[in-house]
Amino acid sequence: MVEEVKLLGMWASPFSRRIELALKLKGIQYEYIEEDLKNKSPLLLKYNPVHRKVPVLVHNGKPVAESLVILEYIDETWKDNPLLPQDPGDRASARFWARFIDEKLSAAVRKVIMGEEREKALEEYFQLLKMLENELKDFFGGESLGYLDIAAMTVAFWFVNVQEVVGVEPLTEEKFPILDKWICKLQDMDVVNECRPPKEKLLPHMRAHVEASQSAPK
Amino acid sequence: MADEVVLLDFWPSMFGMRVRIALAEKGIKYQYKEEDLRHKSELLLKMNPVHKQIPLLIHNGKPVCESLIIVQYIDEVWNHKSPLLPSDPYQRAHARFWADFVDRKVYGVGRKLWATKGEEQEAAKKEFLEIYKTLESELGEKPYFGGETFGFVDLSFVTFYSWFYVYENFGKFSMEAEFPQIVAWVKRCMQKESIANTLPDQKKIYEFVLKLKKIFGLE
Repeated sequence: MVEEVKLLGMWASPFSRRIELALKLKGIQYEYIEEDLKNKSPLLLKYNPVHRKVPVLVHNGKPVAESLVILEYIDETWKDNPLLPQDPGDRASARFWARFIDEKLSAAVRKVIMGEEREKALEEYFQLLKMLENELKDFFGGESLGYLDIAAMTVAFWFVNVQEVVGVEPLTEEKFPILDKWICKLQDMDVVNECRPPKEKLLPHMRAHVEASQSAPK
Repeated sequence: MADEVVLLDFWPSMFGMRVRIALAEKGIKYQYKEEDLRHKSELLLKMNPVHKQIPLLIHNGKPVCESLIIVQYIDEVWNHKSPLLPSDPYQRAHARFWADFVDRKVYGVGRKLWATKGEEQEAAKKEFLEIYKTLESELGEKPYFGGETFGFVDLSFVTFYSWFYVYENFGKFSMEAEFPQIVAWVKRCMQKESIANTLPDQKKIYEFVLKLKKIFGLE
């Protein structure tokens, strides 16, 4: 039976881009459907009625939602080039740090953006980022890109823009040497570059987003 | 080599209960260590420096954190009996999606119900009812969220049963009246020894919450 794989995504969403990278690493052919999040399509509402968010992977008509859930589904369905490690302890660790990025680290970045007590927020963000950096070898996945590297793309190409968007102290090579080296490696990889929005397009988009949320009624 | 399994936990925690049930389902012998969350032990701080939270499983000296991650770890290591997740990838994804929903939505709204007053509490109640309605709709006519057998989503949600009396009391509603299918499902789950033996009595949890409210001046 011919595999039918569709991805409902959005060009600026780090969550959506994770799935693109995973599909490309596995060599899976798919149809990409760009969603206008201000005007959600009936397809999106049908495939993700609970959260109404992207990304949604639709495999032979069956939807899977939530980026980290989708990554595991892809890994379990297409078994070549495994994304998650084999050892249960290493798998638990990868899952832990992916959630850390999406919950704790994300919340810290939001605090930096929001602007209240920015110095303190930035210090907390850097502290948390250091914890993540301590997990890095060549890649988070060891010698090659894995599940956690894919999740951490959010840090490499979205969180790093925060400094330019709100004008705070940047992530320097001196402060985060290992993270910096890893980001440079990613930037050299064709498959990664195919899966991330160009900075000149993303930066204004992030700025607009920040301005909108700062002026929104609390 | 004999497996050494230690669980750092806190008896009223619905997250800790998930791990206790998983360990019981698999018949794993372990050492239980009760944590005083206002005076966290050296062991907890050393083994979970990022979140400093329970539950924390320590298996042959190595820590595993976050209840649903611990449950999956247990399922992968002790894979000889009582699978906690289905084997089909799509069903696994479905289970992970709903367990994640429970994790992100159910705890927060329940807490607001007993920890807030007035308008904030009213808003929390509305949100609570919506979230539980979504869960009841997902359960549908099935005996369990997992289908014919108890599974990962059931495990992630059933531990909130201990807290139902707290929610009913502070929210001023009846779980049975609002969510008859969820209540029927819970009663079905409570027939399992691993669950009946793990979940603390609802009244004990209620007394615990009364004490908490006093301590934090939330009366």
